[in-house]
Amino acid sequence: MRGEGPHYQVVISSRVRLARNLRNRAFPGWAKKAERISILDLIRPRVEELTEMQDSFSESLQELSALERQVLVERHLISREHAAKGVGSAVVMNRRQTLSIMINEEDHLRMQSIRSGLQLKQAFKLVDKIDSALESKLEFAYDQRLGYLTACPTNVGTGMRASAMLHLPGLVLSELINQVIQAVSKIGLAVRGLYGEGTEAMGNLFQISNQTTLGEKEDEIINRLSKVIETIIEKEHDARQVLLQKKSNTLWDQIGRAYGVLTYAHAMASKEALNLLSIIKLGVDLGAFPEDRRLPIDELFIDIQPAHLQKSSQQKLNAEERDHLRAQIIRERLKLFPKPDISKMARESGDGSTAGPSNNE
Amino acid sequence: MQKVNLCDACSKEKGVQDPTGFALADLLLGIGAAEEIEKGASTQKCPVCGFSQADFKKTGRLGCSACYVTFAEGLNTLLKAMHKGTEHVGKLPQRAHRAMELNHRMRNLTENLQKAVAEENYETAASLRDQIKQLESEIAT
Repeated sequence: MRGEGPHYQVVISSRVRLARNLRNRAFPGWAKKAERISILDLIRPRVEELTEMQDSFSESLQELSALERQVLVERHLISREHAAKGVGSAVVMNRRQTLSIMINEEDHLRMQSIRSGLQLKQAFKLVDKIDSALESKLEFAYDQRLGYLTACPTNVGTGMRASAMLHLPGLVLSELINQVIQAVSKIGLAVRGLYGEGTEAMGNLFQISNQTTLGEKEDEIINRLSKVIETIIEKEHDARQVLLQKKSNTLWDQIGRAYGVLTYAHAMASKEALNLLSIIKLGVDLGAFPEDRRLPIDELFIDIQPAHLQKSSQQKLNAEERDHLRAQIIRERLKLFPKPDISKMARESGDGSTAGPSNNE
Repeated sequence: MQKVNLCDACSKEKGVQDPTGFALADLLLGIGAAEEIEKGASTQKCPVCGFSQADFKKTGRLGCSACYVTFAEGLNTLLKAMHKGTEHVGKLPQRAHRAMELNHRMRNLTENLQKAVAEENYETAASLRDQIKQLESEIAT
Protein backbone atom coordinates (compact mmCIF):
# COMPACT_ATOMS: atom_id res chain seq x y z
CA MET A 1 0.00 0.00 0.00
CA ARG A 2 2.63 2.54 -0.86
CA GLY A 3 3.40 5.02 -3.61
CA GLU A 4 1.44 3.19 -6.26
CA GLY A 5 -1.84 3.15 -8.13
CA PRO A 6 -3.93 5.90 -9.68
CA HIS A 7 -3.69 9.29 -7.90
CA TYR A 8 -1.01 7.82 -5.66
CA GLN A 9 0.14 11.25 -4.47
CA VAL A 10 -3.12 11.92 -2.66
CA VAL A 11 -4.84 8.55 -2.33
CA ILE A 12 -2.87 6.17 -0.12
CA SER A 13 -5.26 3.24 -0.39
CA SER A 14 -8.77 2.14 -1.30
CA ARG A 15 -10.79 -0.37 0.68
CA VAL A 16 -14.13 -2.08 0.24
CA ARG A 17 -15.68 -4.32 2.85
CA LEU A 18 -18.82 -6.42 2.78
CA ALA A 19 -20.67 -7.57 5.91
CA ARG A 20 -22.51 -10.89 5.76
CA ASN A 21 -24.27 -13.11 8.29
CA LEU A 22 -25.63 -16.62 8.43
CA ARG A 23 -29.40 -16.89 8.37
CA ASN A 24 -31.14 -17.32 11.73
CA ARG A 25 -27.93 -17.65 13.73
CA ALA A 26 -27.24 -15.21 16.56
CA PHE A 27 -24.95 -12.34 15.56
CA PRO A 28 -21.48 -12.53 17.21
CA GLY A 29 -22.29 -9.86 19.81
CA TRP A 30 -25.35 -11.76 21.01
CA ALA A 31 -24.24 -15.38 20.45
CA LYS A 32 -23.00 -17.43 23.39
CA LYS A 33 -19.44 -18.72 23.26
CA ALA A 34 -20.44 -22.22 22.09
CA GLU A 35 -22.51 -20.83 19.25
CA ARG A 36 -19.74 -18.46 18.18
CA ILE A 37 -17.36 -21.40 18.02
CA SER A 38 -19.81 -23.49 16.02
CA ILE A 39 -20.33 -20.62 13.57
CA LEU A 40 -16.58 -20.13 13.26
CA ASP A 41 -16.10 -23.86 12.59
CA LEU A 42 -18.73 -23.64 9.86
CA ILE A 43 -17.35 -20.55 8.12
CA ARG A 44 -13.58 -20.86 8.50
CA PRO A 45 -12.97 -23.92 6.27
CA ARG A 46 -15.12 -22.35 3.55
CA VAL A 47 -12.99 -19.21 3.68
CA GLU A 48 -9.69 -21.08 3.76
CA GLU A 49 -10.55 -23.14 0.70
CA LEU A 50 -11.16 -20.06 -1.48
CA THR A 51 -8.80 -19.91 -4.48
CA GLU A 52 -7.80 -16.40 -3.40
CA MET A 53 -6.82 -17.76 0.01
CA GLN A 54 -4.34 -20.38 -1.12
CA ASP A 55 -1.21 -19.91 0.96
CA SER A 56 -3.08 -17.67 3.35
CA PHE A 57 -2.49 -16.64 6.93
CA SER A 58 -5.33 -17.91 9.12
CA GLU A 59 -5.36 -17.45 12.86
CA SER A 60 -7.78 -17.54 15.76
CA LEU A 61 -7.77 -14.26 17.65
CA GLN A 62 -6.96 -15.90 20.97
CA GLU A 63 -3.78 -17.34 19.41
CA LEU A 64 -2.46 -13.88 18.56
CA SER A 65 -0.57 -11.80 21.11
CA ALA A 66 -1.78 -8.29 21.92
CA LEU A 67 1.18 -6.92 19.98
CA GLU A 68 0.48 -9.02 16.87
CA ARG A 69 -3.14 -7.90 16.88
CA GLN A 70 -2.06 -4.29 17.18
CA VAL A 71 0.27 -4.70 14.19
CA LEU A 72 -2.71 -5.98 12.16
CA VAL A 73 -4.77 -2.99 13.29
CA GLU A 74 -2.01 -0.58 12.27
CA ARG A 75 -1.98 -2.22 8.84
CA HIS A 76 -5.77 -1.90 8.68
CA LEU A 77 -6.07 -5.67 8.18
CA ILE A 78 -8.35 -6.08 11.18
CA SER A 79 -10.54 -3.55 12.97
CA ARG A 80 -9.93 -2.33 16.51
CA GLU A 81 -13.16 -4.13 17.51
CA HIS A 82 -11.87 -7.37 16.08
CA ALA A 83 -8.55 -6.99 17.91
CA ALA A 84 -10.52 -7.01 21.18
CA LYS A 85 -12.16 -10.36 20.36
CA GLY A 86 -11.06 -13.70 21.77
CA VAL A 87 -12.34 -17.27 21.53
CA GLY A 88 -14.65 -17.83 18.57
CA SER A 89 -13.18 -15.18 16.28
CA ALA A 90 -10.56 -15.51 13.56
CA VAL A 91 -8.90 -13.68 10.71
CA VAL A 92 -7.89 -15.11 7.34
CA MET A 93 -5.79 -13.01 4.96
CA ASN A 94 -3.81 -13.58 1.80
CA ARG A 95 -0.01 -13.31 1.77
CA ARG A 96 0.01 -10.05 -0.15
CA GLN A 97 -2.24 -8.55 2.51
CA THR A 98 -4.69 -7.26 -0.06
CA LEU A 99 -7.59 -9.40 1.12
CA SER A 100 -8.62 -9.91 4.72
CA ILE A 101 -11.62 -11.77 6.07
CA MET A 102 -12.67 -11.37 9.70
CA ILE A 103 -14.89 -14.07 11.13
CA ASN A 104 -17.19 -13.16 14.03
CA GLU A 105 -16.35 -9.50 14.22
CA GLU A 106 -19.57 -7.50 14.63
CA ASP A 107 -21.02 -9.63 11.84
CA HIS A 108 -20.29 -13.30 11.09
CA LEU A 109 -18.26 -12.26 8.07
CA ARG A 110 -16.45 -9.06 7.26
CA MET A 111 -14.58 -9.36 3.97
CA GLN A 112 -12.33 -6.56 2.84
CA SER A 113 -10.16 -5.90 -0.17
CA ILE A 114 -7.41 -3.26 -0.06
CA ARG A 115 -5.57 -1.66 -2.98
CA SER A 116 -3.05 1.13 -3.46
CA GLY A 117 -4.21 4.45 -4.86
CA LEU A 118 -7.75 5.17 -5.98
CA GLN A 119 -9.03 1.75 -7.03
CA LEU A 120 -12.42 1.36 -5.36
CA LYS A 121 -13.99 -0.41 -8.34
CA GLN A 122 -11.20 -2.98 -8.50
CA ALA A 123 -11.38 -3.50 -4.75
CA PHE A 124 -15.12 -4.06 -4.96
CA LYS A 125 -14.74 -6.49 -7.84
CA LEU A 126 -12.54 -8.79 -5.79
CA VAL A 127 -14.63 -8.73 -2.64
CA ASP A 128 -17.80 -9.24 -4.70
CA LYS A 129 -16.23 -12.34 -6.25
CA ILE A 130 -15.32 -13.67 -2.79
CA ASP A 131 -18.87 -13.03 -1.61
CA SER A 132 -20.37 -14.93 -4.55
CA ALA A 133 -18.03 -17.85 -3.97
CA LEU A 134 -18.92 -18.05 -0.26
CA GLU A 135 -22.62 -17.60 -0.84
CA SER A 136 -22.74 -20.82 -2.84
CA LYS A 137 -21.63 -22.71 0.28
CA LEU A 138 -23.13 -20.71 3.14
CA GLU A 139 -26.67 -19.47 3.52
CA PHE A 140 -26.50 -15.74 4.11
CA ALA A 141 -29.19 -13.76 5.88
CA TYR A 142 -30.99 -11.91 3.13
CA ASP A 143 -34.36 -10.22 2.94
CA GLN A 144 -36.18 -9.40 -0.32
CA ARG A 145 -36.89 -5.85 0.85
CA LEU A 146 -33.95 -5.04 3.14
CA GLY A 147 -31.18 -6.93 1.37
CA TYR A 148 -28.31 -8.34 3.43
CA LEU A 149 -29.13 -8.30 7.15
CA THR A 150 -26.46 -7.09 9.54
CA ALA A 151 -25.98 -6.82 13.31
CA CYS A 152 -26.12 -3.03 13.12
CA PRO A 153 -28.99 -1.48 11.14
CA THR A 154 -26.54 1.08 9.70
CA ASN A 155 -25.03 -1.63 7.48
CA VAL A 156 -28.20 -3.29 6.24
CA GLY A 157 -28.82 -3.51 2.47
CA THR A 158 -25.56 -3.84 0.60
CA GLY A 159 -23.53 -4.40 3.80
CA MET A 160 -20.87 -2.44 1.98
CA ARG A 161 -18.48 0.18 3.26
CA ALA A 162 -16.15 1.65 0.64
CA SER A 163 -13.42 3.97 1.81
CA ALA A 164 -10.24 5.70 0.72
CA MET A 165 -7.35 7.01 2.78
CA LEU A 166 -6.41 10.48 1.58
CA HIS A 167 -3.31 12.54 2.28
CA LEU A 168 -4.39 16.18 2.34
CA PRO A 169 -1.58 18.41 3.66
CA GLY A 170 -2.38 21.17 1.14
CA LEU A 171 -5.94 21.54 2.36
CA VAL A 172 -4.84 21.41 6.00
CA LEU A 173 -2.06 24.01 5.56
CA SER A 174 -4.39 26.37 3.71
CA GLU A 175 -7.05 25.85 6.40
CA LEU A 176 -9.64 24.64 3.91
CA ILE A 177 -9.97 21.16 5.35
CA ASN A 178 -12.95 21.90 7.61
CA GLN A 179 -14.91 23.26 4.67
CA VAL A 180 -14.22 20.08 2.76
CA ILE A 181 -15.18 17.85 5.69
CA GLN A 182 -18.43 19.74 6.19
CA ALA A 183 -19.32 19.61 2.50
CA VAL A 184 -18.60 15.90 2.34
CA SER A 185 -20.67 15.04 5.42
CA LYS A 186 -23.62 16.96 4.01
CA ILE A 187 -23.89 14.54 1.09
CA GLY A 188 -24.07 11.41 3.19
CA LEU A 189 -20.38 10.53 3.25
CA ALA A 190 -18.26 10.23 6.39
CA VAL A 191 -14.79 11.63 7.06
CA ARG A 192 -12.70 10.01 9.77
CA GLY A 193 -9.18 9.93 11.15
CA LEU A 194 -6.41 7.42 10.55
CA TYR A 195 -7.90 4.43 12.36
CA GLY A 196 -11.55 4.94 11.48
CA GLU A 197 -14.54 5.77 13.61
CA GLY A 198 -13.85 8.13 16.48
CA THR A 199 -10.15 8.52 15.81
CA GLU A 200 -8.13 11.66 15.44
CA ALA A 201 -6.67 12.85 12.16
CA MET A 202 -2.88 12.49 12.20
CA GLY A 203 -0.32 12.99 9.50
CA ASN A 204 -2.93 14.91 7.47
CA LEU A 205 -4.52 11.55 6.67
CA PHE A 206 -8.28 11.32 6.29
CA GLN A 207 -10.55 8.39 5.61
CA ILE A 208 -13.62 9.07 3.53
CA SER A 209 -16.41 6.52 3.16
CA ASN A 210 -20.07 5.99 2.37
CA GLN A 211 -22.40 6.39 5.33
CA THR A 212 -25.54 4.68 4.02
CA THR A 213 -26.03 1.18 2.66
CA LEU A 214 -29.74 0.87 1.86
CA GLY A 215 -31.54 2.18 -1.21
CA GLU A 216 -28.55 2.52 -3.51
CA LYS A 217 -26.72 -0.04 -5.67
CA GLU A 218 -23.13 -0.98 -4.87
CA ASP A 219 -21.72 0.52 -8.05
CA GLU A 220 -23.75 3.70 -7.57
CA ILE A 221 -22.30 4.13 -4.08
CA ILE A 222 -18.79 3.53 -5.40
CA ASN A 223 -19.23 5.90 -8.35
CA ARG A 224 -20.59 8.64 -6.11
CA LEU A 225 -17.75 8.19 -3.64
CA SER A 226 -15.11 8.07 -6.41
CA LYS A 227 -16.42 11.31 -7.92
CA VAL A 228 -16.30 13.09 -4.57
CA ILE A 229 -12.78 11.80 -3.98
CA GLU A 230 -11.69 13.00 -7.43
CA THR A 231 -13.03 16.44 -6.57
CA ILE A 232 -11.13 16.44 -3.28
CA ILE A 233 -7.95 15.41 -5.13
CA GLU A 234 -8.42 18.40 -7.44
CA LYS A 235 -8.98 20.72 -4.47
CA GLU A 236 -5.85 19.36 -2.81
CA HIS A 237 -3.75 20.02 -5.92
CA ASP A 238 -5.28 23.51 -6.25
CA ALA A 239 -4.45 24.24 -2.61
CA ARG A 240 -0.85 23.11 -3.17
CA GLN A 241 -0.52 25.39 -6.20
CA VAL A 242 -1.87 28.35 -4.26
CA LEU A 243 0.56 27.62 -1.44
CA LEU A 244 3.44 27.42 -3.94
CA GLN A 245 2.50 30.67 -5.59
CA LYS A 246 1.32 32.80 -2.68
CA LYS A 247 2.88 31.27 0.41
CA SER A 248 6.02 29.64 -0.86
CA ASN A 249 8.01 30.99 2.11
CA THR A 250 5.64 29.34 4.59
CA LEU A 251 5.74 26.11 2.63
CA TRP A 252 9.52 26.19 2.38
CA ASP A 253 9.74 26.89 6.10
CA GLN A 254 7.45 23.97 6.95
CA ILE A 255 9.42 21.53 4.82
CA GLY A 256 12.75 22.76 6.17
CA ARG A 257 11.57 22.51 9.78
CA ALA A 258 10.14 19.03 9.26
CA TYR A 259 13.42 17.92 7.70
CA GLY A 260 15.45 19.50 10.50
CA VAL A 261 13.46 17.99 13.34
CA LEU A 262 13.22 14.54 11.77
CA THR A 263 16.94 14.34 11.05
CA TYR A 264 18.11 15.62 14.45
CA ALA A 265 15.48 14.77 17.07
CA HIS A 266 16.17 12.08 19.68
CA ALA A 267 12.64 11.58 20.96
CA MET A 268 9.46 11.69 19.00
CA ALA A 269 5.83 10.69 19.66
CA SER A 270 3.98 9.00 16.79
CA LYS A 271 1.62 11.92 16.25
CA GLU A 272 4.49 14.38 15.79
CA ALA A 273 6.34 11.93 13.56
CA LEU A 274 3.32 11.37 11.31
CA ASN A 275 2.67 15.10 11.04
CA LEU A 276 6.28 15.83 10.08
CA LEU A 277 6.54 12.88 7.69
CA SER A 278 3.40 14.16 6.01
CA ILE A 279 5.19 17.43 5.24
CA ILE A 280 8.20 15.54 3.85
CA LYS A 281 5.85 13.47 1.69
CA LEU A 282 4.38 16.72 0.41
CA GLY A 283 7.95 17.84 -0.30
CA VAL A 284 8.50 14.73 -2.44
CA ASP A 285 5.24 15.42 -4.33
CA LEU A 286 6.38 19.00 -4.99
CA GLY A 287 9.86 18.02 -6.13
CA ALA A 288 11.82 19.32 -3.11
CA PHE A 289 13.14 15.78 -2.63
CA PRO A 290 13.96 13.25 -5.37
CA GLU A 291 11.15 10.91 -6.42
CA ASP A 292 13.11 7.81 -5.35
CA ARG A 293 12.78 9.03 -1.73
CA ARG A 294 9.03 8.42 -1.84
CA LEU A 295 9.15 4.77 -0.85
CA PRO A 296 11.34 5.19 2.28
CA ILE A 297 8.96 7.89 3.54
CA ASP A 298 5.86 5.80 2.84
CA GLU A 299 7.49 2.90 4.69
CA LEU A 300 8.24 5.10 7.69
CA PHE A 301 4.55 6.02 7.95
CA ILE A 302 3.88 2.37 8.75
CA ASP A 303 7.04 1.35 10.59
CA ILE A 304 6.96 4.08 13.24
CA GLN A 305 3.54 3.15 14.61
CA PRO A 306 3.72 1.87 18.20
CA ALA A 307 3.12 -1.86 17.59
CA HIS A 308 5.37 -1.98 14.51
CA LEU A 309 8.18 -0.37 16.52
CA GLN A 310 7.89 -2.93 19.28
CA LYS A 311 7.64 -5.79 16.82
CA SER A 312 10.86 -4.72 15.10
CA SER A 313 12.71 -4.26 18.40
CA GLN A 314 11.42 -7.63 19.66
CA GLN A 315 10.62 -6.24 23.07
CA LYS A 316 7.97 -4.45 25.01
CA LEU A 317 8.80 -0.77 25.26
CA ASN A 318 7.29 1.97 27.37
CA ALA A 319 6.21 5.22 25.75
CA GLU A 320 9.49 6.99 26.46
CA GLU A 321 11.56 4.13 25.00
CA ARG A 322 9.31 4.01 21.95
CA ASP A 323 9.71 7.73 21.31
CA HIS A 324 13.47 7.31 21.56
CA LEU A 325 13.56 4.33 19.21
CA ARG A 326 11.20 6.03 16.77
CA ALA A 327 13.50 9.07 16.51
CA GLN A 328 16.50 6.79 16.06
CA ILE A 329 14.90 4.81 13.22
CA ILE A 330 13.83 7.99 11.47
CA ARG A 331 17.33 9.51 11.79
CA GLU A 332 18.90 6.37 10.34
CA ARG A 333 16.52 6.16 7.41
CA LEU A 334 16.93 9.84 6.63
CA LYS A 335 20.73 9.64 6.67
CA LEU A 336 20.90 9.32 2.91
CA PHE A 337 18.11 11.80 2.42
CA PRO A 338 19.30 14.93 0.56
CA LYS A 339 18.48 18.37 1.92
CA PRO A 340 15.31 19.92 0.49
CA ASP A 341 16.01 21.68 -2.80
CA ILE A 342 13.79 24.72 -3.26
CA SER A 343 14.91 25.30 -6.86
CA LYS A 344 13.35 22.00 -7.90
CA MET A 345 9.96 22.77 -6.39
CA ALA A 346 7.60 22.40 -9.30
CA ARG A 347 5.04 25.10 -9.93
CA GLU A 348 2.86 22.68 -11.81
CA SER A 349 3.30 19.58 -9.74
CA GLY A 350 2.53 16.29 -11.41
CA ASP A 351 -0.99 15.51 -10.29
CA GLY A 352 -0.43 11.78 -10.15
CA SER A 353 -3.65 11.33 -12.09
CA THR A 354 -2.18 8.71 -14.32
CA ALA A 355 -1.19 5.32 -13.00
CA GLY A 356 1.70 5.32 -10.55
CA PRO A 357 5.11 3.71 -11.05
CA SER A 358 3.53 0.29 -11.10
CA ASN A 359 -0.05 -0.77 -10.92
CA ASN A 360 -0.06 -3.42 -8.30
CA GLU A 361 -2.92 -4.76 -6.29
CA MET B 1 -36.06 18.31 22.28
CA GLN B 2 -38.97 18.56 19.93
CA LYS B 3 -39.89 15.79 17.55
CA VAL B 4 -41.45 16.67 14.24
CA ASN B 5 -42.68 14.19 11.68
CA LEU B 6 -42.14 15.43 8.16
CA CYS B 7 -43.00 13.88 4.85
CA ASP B 8 -40.38 13.89 2.10
CA ALA B 9 -41.72 17.02 0.40
CA CYS B 10 -42.04 19.01 3.64
CA SER B 11 -38.60 18.04 4.84
CA LYS B 12 -37.10 19.30 1.60
CA GLU B 13 -39.08 22.53 1.91
CA LYS B 14 -37.79 23.04 5.43
CA GLY B 15 -34.27 22.37 4.31
CA VAL B 16 -33.81 19.01 6.00
CA GLN B 17 -31.82 17.31 3.29
CA ASP B 18 -29.71 14.91 5.13
CA PRO B 19 -31.40 12.74 7.75
CA THR B 20 -28.37 10.45 7.69
CA GLY B 21 -26.15 13.23 9.00
CA PHE B 22 -27.33 12.62 12.56
CA ALA B 23 -24.99 10.66 14.77
CA LEU B 24 -25.87 7.02 15.06
CA ALA B 25 -25.89 7.25 18.85
CA ASP B 26 -28.61 9.90 18.67
CA LEU B 27 -30.70 7.69 16.48
CA LEU B 28 -30.19 4.54 18.45
CA LEU B 29 -30.21 5.83 21.98
CA GLY B 30 -31.69 9.28 21.64
CA ILE B 31 -35.24 10.31 22.26
CA GLY B 32 -36.38 9.90 18.67
CA ALA B 33 -36.05 6.44 17.29
CA ALA B 34 -35.50 4.49 20.47
CA GLU B 35 -38.83 5.74 21.78
CA GLU B 36 -40.41 4.86 18.52
CA ILE B 37 -39.34 1.28 19.05
CA GLU B 38 -40.44 1.19 22.63
CA LYS B 39 -43.97 2.11 21.68
CA GLY B 40 -44.42 -1.46 20.44
CA ALA B 41 -44.83 -4.34 22.85
CA SER B 42 -41.66 -3.77 24.87
CA THR B 43 -41.69 -7.29 26.29
CA GLN B 44 -41.57 -8.80 22.82
CA LYS B 45 -38.72 -11.25 22.26
CA CYS B 46 -37.28 -12.63 19.07
CA PRO B 47 -38.51 -16.24 18.76
CA VAL B 48 -35.26 -17.32 17.12
CA CYS B 49 -32.63 -15.81 19.43
CA GLY B 50 -34.49 -14.45 22.46
CA PHE B 51 -33.30 -10.88 21.89
CA SER B 52 -35.50 -8.09 23.29
CA GLN B 53 -35.97 -4.41 22.51
CA ALA B 54 -34.31 -3.51 25.78
CA ASP B 55 -31.20 -5.33 24.52
CA PHE B 56 -31.28 -3.28 21.35
CA LYS B 57 -31.51 -0.08 23.35
CA LYS B 58 -28.48 -1.14 25.32
CA THR B 59 -26.21 -2.26 22.49
CA GLY B 60 -27.53 -0.65 19.31
CA ARG B 61 -27.07 -4.04 17.63
CA LEU B 62 -29.63 -6.73 16.86
CA GLY B 63 -29.57 -10.38 17.99
CA CYS B 64 -29.97 -12.26 14.72
CA SER B 65 -31.35 -11.87 11.21
CA ALA B 66 -34.85 -12.85 12.37
CA CYS B 67 -34.90 -9.77 14.65
CA TYR B 68 -35.50 -7.72 11.51
CA VAL B 69 -38.89 -9.46 11.22
CA THR B 70 -39.66 -9.48 14.95
CA PHE B 71 -38.99 -5.78 15.42
CA ALA B 72 -39.90 -4.71 11.88
CA GLU B 73 -42.27 -1.95 12.92
CA GLY B 74 -39.83 0.06 15.00
CA LEU B 75 -36.90 -0.71 12.75
CA ASN B 76 -38.59 0.67 9.66
CA THR B 77 -38.72 4.14 11.19
CA LEU B 78 -35.09 3.85 12.18
CA LEU B 79 -33.94 2.61 8.77
CA LYS B 80 -35.86 5.34 7.01
CA ALA B 81 -34.08 7.97 9.06
CA MET B 82 -30.70 6.35 8.58
CA HIS B 83 -30.51 5.46 4.92
CA LYS B 84 -31.03 6.84 1.46
CA GLY B 85 -33.92 4.54 0.70
CA THR B 86 -36.08 1.92 2.39
CA GLU B 87 -35.54 -0.90 -0.07
CA HIS B 88 -32.47 -2.80 -1.15
CA VAL B 89 -31.67 -2.33 -4.83
CA GLY B 90 -28.19 -3.85 -4.90
CA LYS B 91 -26.75 -7.33 -5.20
CA LEU B 92 -29.00 -10.38 -5.04
CA PRO B 93 -27.58 -13.64 -3.77
CA GLN B 94 -27.80 -16.46 -6.33
CA ARG B 95 -30.17 -18.29 -4.01
CA ALA B 96 -32.59 -15.37 -3.81
CA HIS B 97 -32.20 -14.81 -7.52
CA ARG B 98 -33.18 -18.39 -8.27
CA ALA B 99 -36.12 -18.27 -5.87
CA MET B 100 -37.39 -15.13 -7.55
CA GLU B 101 -37.08 -16.69 -10.97
CA LEU B 102 -39.00 -19.80 -9.89
CA ASN B 103 -41.72 -17.68 -8.28
CA HIS B 104 -42.01 -15.65 -11.43
CA ARG B 105 -42.35 -18.78 -13.57
CA MET B 106 -44.94 -20.14 -11.16
CA ARG B 107 -47.02 -16.95 -11.39
CA ASN B 108 -46.95 -17.10 -15.19
CA LEU B 109 -47.98 -20.76 -15.28
CA THR B 110 -50.83 -20.22 -12.81
CA GLU B 111 -52.16 -17.28 -14.81
CA ASN B 112 -51.98 -19.25 -18.05
CA LEU B 113 -53.74 -22.17 -16.41
CA GLN B 114 -56.60 -19.96 -15.26
CA LYS B 115 -56.86 -18.54 -18.76
CA ALA B 116 -56.83 -22.01 -20.35
CA VAL B 117 -59.56 -23.25 -17.99
CA ALA B 118 -61.69 -20.18 -18.68
CA GLU B 119 -61.30 -20.77 -22.39
CA GLU B 120 -62.12 -24.45 -21.89
CA ASN B 121 -58.80 -25.31 -23.49
CA TYR B 122 -58.38 -28.52 -21.48
CA GLU B 123 -55.43 -29.98 -23.35
CA THR B 124 -53.30 -26.89 -22.63
CA ALA B 125 -54.58 -26.84 -19.06
CA ALA B 126 -53.48 -30.42 -18.46
CA SER B 127 -50.01 -29.70 -19.78
CA LEU B 128 -49.78 -26.56 -17.64
CA ARG B 129 -50.84 -28.54 -14.58
CA ASP B 130 -47.98 -30.98 -15.22
CA GLN B 131 -45.53 -28.12 -15.56
CA ILE B 132 -46.75 -26.58 -12.31
CA LYS B 133 -46.33 -29.89 -10.52
CA GLN B 134 -42.76 -30.17 -11.78
CA LEU B 135 -41.98 -26.59 -10.80
CA GLU B 136 -43.41 -27.20 -7.33
CA SER B 137 -41.02 -30.08 -6.80
CA GLU B 138 -38.16 -27.89 -8.06
CA ILE B 139 -39.06 -25.17 -5.56
CA ALA B 140 -39.25 -27.75 -2.77
CA THR B 141 -35.63 -28.79 -3.34
